[in-house]
Amino acid sequence: MTMLGDRQQLAYIASQAADARVNVELETEGMTLNIGPQHPATHGTLRIIARLDGEQVVWAEPSCGYMHRGYEKLAEVRTFPQVTALVNRIDWLGSFANEVPFILAAEELMGIEAPPRAQWIRTILFELSRIANVSLFLGDLGVQLGAITPVFFAFRDREYVLNLIEGATGGRFHPNFDRIGGLKDDLPAGFIDETRVVMRKMRKFCDEIEGLLFGNEIFEARTRGIGVIPRDLALQYGLSGANLRGSGVDWDLRRDQKLPMAWDKVDWKVWTHPDGDSYARCWIRLQEVRESTLIVEKLLDSLPSGPVMAKVPRIIKVPEGEAWVSTENPLGEMGYYVVSKGELGPFRVKIRSASFNNISIVPWLLKGVYVPDIITILASLYFILGDIDR
Amino acid sequence: MLGLIADVSYWTQSLLRVFGGIVAILLPAGTIVYVFLFKMMSFMQSRLGPMEAGPFGSLQLFAEVGKWLQKEDLYPERADRFIFKMAPLIVLSSTFLLVAVVPFGPDAWFTNFEAGVFYALAVSSVSVLGILIAGWASANKYSLLGGLRAAGQLIAYELPMVLAVVGVVIQAGTMNLQQIVVAQNTGSIFGWAGLGNPYILTQCVGFVIFMIAVQAELTQAPFDMPIAESELVSGYMTEYSGFRFLIFFIGEFATAGVFAFIASVLFLGGWGVPFSWFGWTSIDSIDNWMNVVGPLIMFTKMMLLVFVIMWVRFSYPRFREDQLQRFAWKSLIPLSLVNIMATSVLKVAF
Amino acid sequence: MSSLAEITVALGDAVEDSFEKGSDDDVDTWVRVKTSAWRDAASTLREKLDYDYFCFLSAIDWLPSPYGRGEEDPTAERAAIDSTIRQGYTGGATRMQVFARLVNHRTHHGVTLKADVPDDSLTIDSWVGVFAGANWHERETHEMFGISFAGHPDLRNMYLPTDFEGHPLRKDFPLLARIVKPWPGIVDVEPLPGGSDEEGEAE
Repeated sequence: MTMLGDRQQLAYIASQAADARVNVELETEGMTLNIGPQHPATHGTLRIIARLDGEQVVWAEPSCGYMHRGYEKLAEVRTFPQVTALVNRIDWLGSFANEVPFILAAEELMGIEAPPRAQWIRTILFELSRIANVSLFLGDLGVQLGAITPVFFAFRDREYVLNLIEGATGGRFHPNFDRIGGLKDDLPAGFIDETRVVMRKMRKFCDEIEGLLFGNEIFEARTRGIGVIPRDLALQYGLSGANLRGSGVDWDLRRDQKLPMAWDKVDWKVWTHPDGDSYARCWIRLQEVRESTLIVEKLLDSLPSGPVMAKVPRIIKVPEGEAWVSTENPLGEMGYYVVSKGELGPFRVKIRSASFNNISIVPWLLKGVYVPDIITILASLYFILGDIDR
Repeated sequence: MLGLIADVSYWTQSLLRVFGGIVAILLPAGTIVYVFLFKMMSFMQSRLGPMEAGPFGSLQLFAEVGKWLQKEDLYPERADRFIFKMAPLIVLSSTFLLVAVVPFGPDAWFTNFEAGVFYALAVSSVSVLGILIAGWASANKYSLLGGLRAAGQLIAYELPMVLAVVGVVIQAGTMNLQQIVVAQNTGSIFGWAGLGNPYILTQCVGFVIFMIAVQAELTQAPFDMPIAESELVSGYMTEYSGFRFLIFFIGEFATAGVFAFIASVLFLGGWGVPFSWFGWTSIDSIDNWMNVVGPLIMFTKMMLLVFVIMWVRFSYPRFREDQLQRFAWKSLIPLSLVNIMATSVLKVAF
Repeated sequence: MSSLAEITVALGDAVEDSFEKGSDDDVDTWVRVKTSAWRDAASTLREKLDYDYFCFLSAIDWLPSPYGRGEEDPTAERAAIDSTIRQGYTGGATRMQVFARLVNHRTHHGVTLKADVPDDSLTIDSWVGVFAGANWHERETHEMFGISFAGHPDLRNMYLPTDFEGHPLRKDFPLLARIVKPWPGIVDVEPLPGGSDEEGEAE
């Protein structure tokens, strides 16, 4: 695919805007529709101000900040091990995955690396939190499009995964299990067998969802060709995760980045889709849950033995320096830019969350669509409010 | 009700009819809500549904109604109060008007209209008015969008429904619902009268179109854009609470029941059994016990049809407004016209 | 040619300083450019070297916090805080620096661009014309640090109320919660369960 030049791109944007014109001949007056912050479709407190012409959106702008907790400021007055408790709450459906990049950044600055077994377990828990997170997305997708049944399947089967995470870490939503230099604990007895059973269940769940939603003509009619993000724009807005791969960019940080994690130790596939529409994004997430279950199984097969904690000092002081580590979280690229001044805590933490970038394309994307498509597009971009507002 | 009570005075008759009508509305509505909305939906979604109130939660509905009745009667500050209050009643009254023409047995009917089909299709669209003014009077943008969507949708699907019924009317040669039932049960399939001739066999296209149109008229998924809880909060019902919401709620499920009654009359042989089983020849020679068994047969058929309606409702995602219109105008209506033409040609040929 | 060398050549004399970290196949690059070249550096990297993925944009306030870390014992006398400004990688001359990360989506090599923000004007060019996605990031940086972006179409507050005063992520903006009530977990005084002193060093 060729890159669009600036001029072509402007023309493209202009044509989209022209499609969204207010009806001039009839001189109809638009209506401003305030969607949210309390609205059943915006899981959280996202507010969207949309100007409508009939059912067509002329202009739309998300308004965030209803859940801004200032984690970047709070992190500055905490010690490094304490920060994981904060970042757990950024994307609350896949909390463990939030801890990992921060811990990795701290480890990078300290020049230590977790022992292999810890890396493996980290990766397993990371993928489990992805499965828990994205399976809920798959169920929720149905609700957003009006099918009420899938979400119950999602809640039912996600429970098994949460039980696993709880069994290993002690926390269902906020494990706070990752430590600088390794993990708090080893896996509990029976975890491995139980996980294999659950992974099979999750694949069955994926089949169910595929049959219930993805094979459905109405679902296709509602998602195909809706909210198309061209590849160039996806890169410009810094979309990540399935949103980027849905636009045909073959990029997965798990594969394309060297990190002390176990992804490169097993074989797996990165799914992409050329269409860039809502269907592509949802389809990729479905495939990724399947792929994750396979990754977990393969990692369980090759789980090395050994300690789960490296030698770290009693009081952790991180040497002066700057580090950027990002990982492929359930929502997309989640990264931390950590600046340390050699003290107990970070000097500055810039949290680059996936949803913030993913949602920033919304004003462009919503021009000219119909009201029901607002919901489809938001659902397919998949954001979590804590991840936007941080 | 009934030729049975022809001897009693006029006002007693009327009272009994009103009572019968209320039973014919509330009983199906309650059963549908409990059996399908509470239990079947729960089982489909791998949960149990209400279990505490009564055996297997069967009294849950009474608890819900009690809760709704206790709630404060709220209305938005800028609402047009008079028509805001009137809207749910209009919707429910359309259901009551509709049930009036449904025959439940040889003598068990409320009114025996010659133009029953025509009347039923006419009054079924009264509910659009209620929904439209509910959306308008709520002074809420979501309600307004929901009301407008409902108006567009109900009008679009009124037409395929009428056209689907035309096939039945041509085949039966009458618009009287009672006589349509009789025609089906006295009919024969190529000379074999063991099953009568339910029109679902000859009018299968019409039946499918009719059920799709019913689904849309009832604003059940996949046609539930007027309510569309993920887009429009609750559409035209957003601002209604307590008792007024309850009326909408009853209206929704009672209408589902009544439409299923009408569909079973038009396509499934209604209250009757094939007359040849008991050697009946016409409606006058039917034994009196059919007035008791007939309603039960109707009820069974109604539950079957509502099962299908609810099954679709619980598993399908929702159309978009323009896709729904396109589906009605570009697929259903041409198809039903073809169906009418084929029916007329065959009617003349045989 | 290494990525850093390529970047240095492409950006020419706009480069103030650069820094590289990591091994051969996993190298992370920092480049500090001149304030005036902030926007051009982005478009050069995007057009010439295919750094077309916009990751994030933010700022750092290098002033050490005058309030300390909020973890000192409030009864003890406070040690004087050294308020000399020391910039991180690639140095710098101003208190505020903007930094942003661009990634080449083919080679997956990322570069962190930095630029000084003049202390007096606190203004730097906007990237919106180069990367549309910079829009929200610049709005966030504007409200959190008070840095203006020349050429940004709409610098409204992203998170904070419109009438909010101050810029929360500046170091001299007090975190009031820590000032009115000292952090209870100042020192981890409780012994770890069953613990000797080596407990912290697991295995």
